[in-house]
Amino acid sequence: MTAATKLEKTGTLTKASEGAATAATAKLCVSGLNFYYGAKQALYDVSLEIEANRITALIGPSGCGKSTFLRVLNRMHEMVRGSRVEGSVYLDGQNIFELDVTALRRRVGMVFQRANPFPKSIFENVAYGLRVNGLCSRAMLADEVEKSLRRAALWEEVKDQLHKPAYALSGGQQQRLCIARALAIDPEVLLLDEPSSALDPIATSKIEELLFELKKTCTVVIVTHNMQQAARIGDRTGFFLLGRLVEIGETSKIFQNPSRKETEDYITGRFG
Amino acid sequence: MKTARVRKLTGMVMFGLTSLCTLITVSSLFFILGYLLWHGLASINWAFFTQVPKPPGEVGGGMANAIVGSIELILLATLMGVPVGFLAGVYLSEFGGERFSFVIRFTTDLLNGVPSIVVGILAWALVVVPLGHFSLFAGAVALSVIFIPIAVRTTEQFLQDVPQSLREASLALGAPKWKTIASVVVPAALGPLGTGMLLAVARIAGETAPLLFTSFSNSFWNLSPSRPAASLPVTIFEYAISPYADWHRQAWAAGLVLLALVLLLNVSARILMSTRYGYRG
Repeated sequence: MTAATKLEKTGTLTKASEGAATAATAKLCVSGLNFYYGAKQALYDVSLEIEANRITALIGPSGCGKSTFLRVLNRMHEMVRGSRVEGSVYLDGQNIFELDVTALRRRVGMVFQRANPFPKSIFENVAYGLRVNGLCSRAMLADEVEKSLRRAALWEEVKDQLHKPAYALSGGQQQRLCIARALAIDPEVLLLDEPSSALDPIATSKIEELLFELKKTCTVVIVTHNMQQAARIGDRTGFFLLGRLVEIGETSKIFQNPSRKETEDYITGRFG
Repeated sequence: MKTARVRKLTGMVMFGLTSLCTLITVSSLFFILGYLLWHGLASINWAFFTQVPKPPGEVGGGMANAIVGSIELILLATLMGVPVGFLAGVYLSEFGGERFSFVIRFTTDLLNGVPSIVVGILAWALVVVPLGHFSLFAGAVALSVIFIPIAVRTTEQFLQDVPQSLREASLALGAPKWKTIASVVVPAALGPLGTGMLLAVARIAGETAPLLFTSFSNSFWNLSPSRPAASLPVTIFEYAISPYADWHRQAWAAGLVLLALVLLLNVSARILMSTRYGYRG
């Protein structure tokens, strides 16, 4: 899909989401997902669709399984010994458990809760994914690095210090660097696991603005602790509780007129 | 009132005891250093570093062959030990399953605890007997057997210290596991890894027992790995039990040189350590 058609699509989506019915295509299709850490079950029968070129926010109290769910989407859970998945996840109609795991992760990128830049230069951090994918030409690397840093709204701040260590950046800049690093390989889906929980409000708002831009070209799933954040940026919001997906729908509906009592209780702060 | 006094007294006694033991520990090093300097410094001269030993009974000569032999032994042992120890450490840290890793760890620790003279017997049986003669290579094999378990455990430990989040970041970018280890995990631990290897080198530099019946000794120049070679520790042993006063003096000097070499390695290791997780472009 070209960027232009993606753009058009987003346009129609935004309009459509104001109405009740959406004709959005599902980028990811999850059904009957159970997840176990050893004997302990962490997710129960989760089924949902992630719509293309929209931001899906996942909320819920700590330990409700939302981060676990996110990690299954690009199979990062496989790093944990003794974890086991039942059910299916389809990316554009392809079963992700049958795809080559590195190929899947190139299509479905991830940004973590704590900024985790490599102990390398700013440039090398962004270039890493490209190099892994076999891009070696210096000129092309430089181009792509600039493009990714621009997309992550970091270029202006770092363009004169690309060869300085990434650790010299502030926390918010490091997190945007991690986003740039993930964007460099042009993922179709970007997963974010509480990306701004360790950041101050200004850095947080920068990342949120960035996500709005990103959804033009990419599907975004964000796990957040912060309900205001979900309400601000989520096109759709899903609510997890005790390993189950209680409800998912248009953000306005979830926050103003939830169908389930648990959702309402959580959103109005009666528990959690 | 009485208990308070007893408590105070106990406190003072304990303080005194711990201080005394600390003093003993620290002064041991300074005693050795001072004693070696006192006896060795007088015998260190240009000839000591440039000449081979004179025949027994003749005054003069030096230990050039032993110094070079020691360096060659250490280099060869390190060359054999680093790849094996490092890669086994990588396996243990990054690939080993829980139960299997436990077995390897246990085995490595046992190997580390094997008395060095027994390691010498192993190298003797494996290398000296089949070849039919002592050789520098056999000595290097013995030293590398001592080197390897240290290298394995330090590699494992320092790789484990690399934050898991860095591995995640790389894997999430679609990097295969080997690429993650080679381009992210190992580079992040390079400083400490260098330190660990240098400390292992320092450890084998002073070993005497494994060399006694492997590299043996030699009063003449030898650079060939297939022949017996002189080394500082074995030469110290030989000279110290000889009846010649001049050899005794030279043994002191050799002890001083050996100690200086080991201290140098240790200090470089500490300096390298200070770059821990530092930035490498």
